[in-house]
Amino acid sequence: MRSRTLLGAALAAGLVLAFGAAVSQEGAPVKIVPRLTGTANPMALERVPALGRPVVDDVRRMRNYPEQPPVIPHAIDGYQLTLNTNRCMDCHKREFTEGSGAPMISVTHFQDRDGQVLSDVTPRRYFCTACHVQQTDVAPLVQNRFQDAKDIGRKP
Amino acid sequence: MTLSRREMLKAQAAGVAALAANMSVPAGAQPVSGGVDSLQIKWSKAPCRFCGTGCGVMVGVKEGKVIATHGDMKADVNRGLNCIKGYFLSKIMYGNDRLTQPLLRKRNGVYAKDGEFTPVSWAEAFDTMAAKAKATLKAKGPTALGMFGSGQWTIFEGYAATKLMRAGFRSNNLDPNARHCMASAAYAFMRTFGMDEPMGCYDDFEHADAFVLWGSNMAEMHPILWTRVTDRRLGQPHVKVAVLSTYTHRSSDLADIPIVFKPGTDLAILNFIANHIITTGRVNKDFVGKHTTFVKGATEIGYGLRPDDPREVKAKKAADPAATTPIDFEAYAAFVKDYTLEKVAALTGVEAGFLLQLAELYADPKRKVTSFWTMGFNQHVRGVWANQLVYNLHLLTGKISEPGNSPFSLTGQPSACGTAREVGTFAHRLPADMTVVNPEHRKHTEEIWRVPHGIIPEKPGYHAVEQDRMLKDGKLNFYWIQVNNNLQAAPNSSNETYPGYRNPENFVVVSDAYPTVTAMAADLILPAAMWVEKEGAYGNAERRTHVWHQLVDAPGEARSDLWQLMEFSKRFTTDEVWPAEILAANPNYKGKTLFDVLFRNGQVDKFPLSETAPDYANQESKDFGFYVHKGLFEEYAAFGRGHGHDLGPYDLYHQVRGLRWPVVDGKETLWRYREGLDPYVKPGKGVEFYGNKDGKARIIAVPYEPPAESPDNEYDLWLVTGRVLEHWHSGSMTMRVPELYKAFPGARCFMHPEDARKRGLNQGAEITVISRRGEMRTRVETRGRNRMPPGVVFVPWFDASQLINKTTLDATDPISKQTDFKKCAVKIVPVSG
Repeated sequence: MRSRTLLGAALAAGLVLAFGAAVSQEGAPVKIVPRLTGTANPMALERVPALGRPVVDDVRRMRNYPEQPPVIPHAIDGYQLTLNTNRCMDCHKREFTEGSGAPMISVTHFQDRDGQVLSDVTPRRYFCTACHVQQTDVAPLVQNRFQDAKDIGRKP
Repeated sequence: MTLSRREMLKAQAAGVAALAANMSVPAGAQPVSGGVDSLQIKWSKAPCRFCGTGCGVMVGVKEGKVIATHGDMKADVNRGLNCIKGYFLSKIMYGNDRLTQPLLRKRNGVYAKDGEFTPVSWAEAFDTMAAKAKATLKAKGPTALGMFGSGQWTIFEGYAATKLMRAGFRSNNLDPNARHCMASAAYAFMRTFGMDEPMGCYDDFEHADAFVLWGSNMAEMHPILWTRVTDRRLGQPHVKVAVLSTYTHRSSDLADIPIVFKPGTDLAILNFIANHIITTGRVNKDFVGKHTTFVKGATEIGYGLRPDDPREVKAKKAADPAATTPIDFEAYAAFVKDYTLEKVAALTGVEAGFLLQLAELYADPKRKVTSFWTMGFNQHVRGVWANQLVYNLHLLTGKISEPGNSPFSLTGQPSACGTAREVGTFAHRLPADMTVVNPEHRKHTEEIWRVPHGIIPEKPGYHAVEQDRMLKDGKLNFYWIQVNNNLQAAPNSSNETYPGYRNPENFVVVSDAYPTVTAMAADLILPAAMWVEKEGAYGNAERRTHVWHQLVDAPGEARSDLWQLMEFSKRFTTDEVWPAEILAANPNYKGKTLFDVLFRNGQVDKFPLSETAPDYANQESKDFGFYVHKGLFEEYAAFGRGHGHDLGPYDLYHQVRGLRWPVVDGKETLWRYREGLDPYVKPGKGVEFYGNKDGKARIIAVPYEPPAESPDNEYDLWLVTGRVLEHWHSGSMTMRVPELYKAFPGARCFMHPEDARKRGLNQGAEITVISRRGEMRTRVETRGRNRMPPGVVFVPWFDASQLINKTTLDATDPISKQTDFKKCAVKIVPVSG
């Protein structure tokens, strides 16, 4: 399975490379990427790729910038996140992190609307999935040219 | 950032040691790698690019690139928070397939409808476009020319577009995609209060004792507003939350009163609550007597389908759906008396106990109630009624226009209010709630615009769905689409939208930042600058006007929609587009370009380039030689100042995190229509709904009427369409952000496991969704965040490869002309092989 994923990613990367500069290519100024541009005949029916599988390898992903909410690298199937209970906090609450090994919710999560620090997660941050999302094993549709701040403005 | 003495010594010691060893220190080990200057980030404020919440965002720029964004601590809307989309704003402009030059369909070096997209210069693009527009005007006149804009247009862009279309080309065929989004809300405001937009503001969140969601999944669609609801509910145990929907979703997870009703029956629930308030003696008689009047609405008003549809032929009042007749309280009470608990519980499928608990939230005089709604109400064949029926509840109890008591219509787009509604880019509207059908309003507008009397046409233009029909029928031939993806968004698209775009009689232009499915179906694509690549202004759902600077440059030759509109106007002279008799009576306008009369009119060009901020670029102002944004804003603001829509001075908006209009004497207005809170209420009045001449709001008697199409034996499922948290609208920005794409990579069909099992479908199976109009393929989701009741399925519309709108019905609310995307009948079959 993993090798198939890698192959898919490699193929997609190859396509990006081949068509990345397509605007200057004669006759093909825009590449068809069905999920972005529609299919070549947008009204036609085409096969639909399988639903992506969630990434559950528990490996932390580097953030694009410090303010970015980290993505969830584990399964959350069946997690209750309701008025009565918050399953995420069973591991990420400060008191439980030593046992769970999970990262503690960030210090910002203790602050109420006025910036005052509370003793536990602020109610306004209660629903974790508004900001933290799982990832699936699909390859990006197009390359994103966002640049990490660490690579800009360095004077060697 | 400063280094302590100890750190300096350590760094120096390491450097000396490295020097001695004849090796360089690796960058990662340097105390401040790249030098302290490399740490600097230039932070500026902007509103978020996505929904109508209007969160404040701090945007970090380094060497001309956005490198980070975060929630603005100083923005009252969100106080430092963003949702997952907002946190990834930094990446939306950097998809590798940004459009960087105009693309024209060509064959053998010349434009051809069936040609291939070919890069051309702006000059060639505009030359071709102008020739097509002129030929259309000559052959058929202004009604064959149209534009489809957006609630994502900046205020300046919408204002320039309405001027160019109405006063330049003399066509009212201008409509925003906001027609699909909140036209029902806007019409209901006008019909009830005589004035558009909410009386309350987001400060209601911290004052309410109960929240009722009527067809709104705020947890996913307005996540930051949901953090404020959550904060209030979890922080104050007496607070109750009721969530009404046709299926269970993430907002239901916070609900004390979760209600799933049969599609369309919300109208009956609303009338039941009114009946409950009356029969239990909880009408606020003093308020109702002083501040309301009663009317009865026309019924059997049809479904906004093509006039030859049997459902329209049968509808008795399809020709005059907005008609009302005055009645009194007794007649109203008698009208809602039919909506008993037993009857409504049976019709809606909702447990009677829940209905009573819900009704008590409104009836209990001690409880402050805030009602929210978005597309569940607005995208409804009786959307205007639904909006008005909830106003009924707030008016009967006097729970309105004060902190916490608030009927609150939320918006889906960042400037649905600011641009589509306030600027007036609907086919019938002018700025500041005025309309083209009113001769006084046209005259006033012509005076402010400094154009001759008689220029603005009086007949409303084609609304969104009608534009598609007229393109298909060959009556609308020149069409310019900006900041929206209508081929993905419009209903019944394979029958009513796509044929019009590809109709050989038509020339279709699409301005966009990315190649969307709409752009790919156009004849000319114009590359657009987006978000902080231009100076802009948005107006959010709480009347907050928020301005931002241009922070980075657009890639390649991409230019803002504003630049495109203004530059294009230079290619037309008044002699080509205005009637000879008007020019004869106003000879000083002869021989001028539309740019001269609309934008070099002594007002828009009043502020010199030197007034732009020295530390920010401003592409349009540089190109046109004056401070374009300030000039447009100040001319536009003349419409509302002194008339209850007052905007502050333009420069002030660059300093603050937005201001809620009316801004009077430099102060914003949080709650309208109540003395002491709203400077427009005359002393001694207490409450005054001054949008209506009598100062009173209307309570309307209208019944439950069934949807345009309901499931039957063959098409046996209700289809509901909508959005998901991770993607915004058609996904053209969010699908290009890898993290957002990977979080929710494709559309799928949420369905009840029992419905799947009955059809022999497993989780993830490929299926075809088929309606009487068309079909699309997707995959089954039985475990996801949306928990469907049997008989109802949900498919989001963000995926360009899975166009669910091929199956939806182009039925609209007959009053607002807004499409019902929430109710049609489909069947589902497995894809074999």
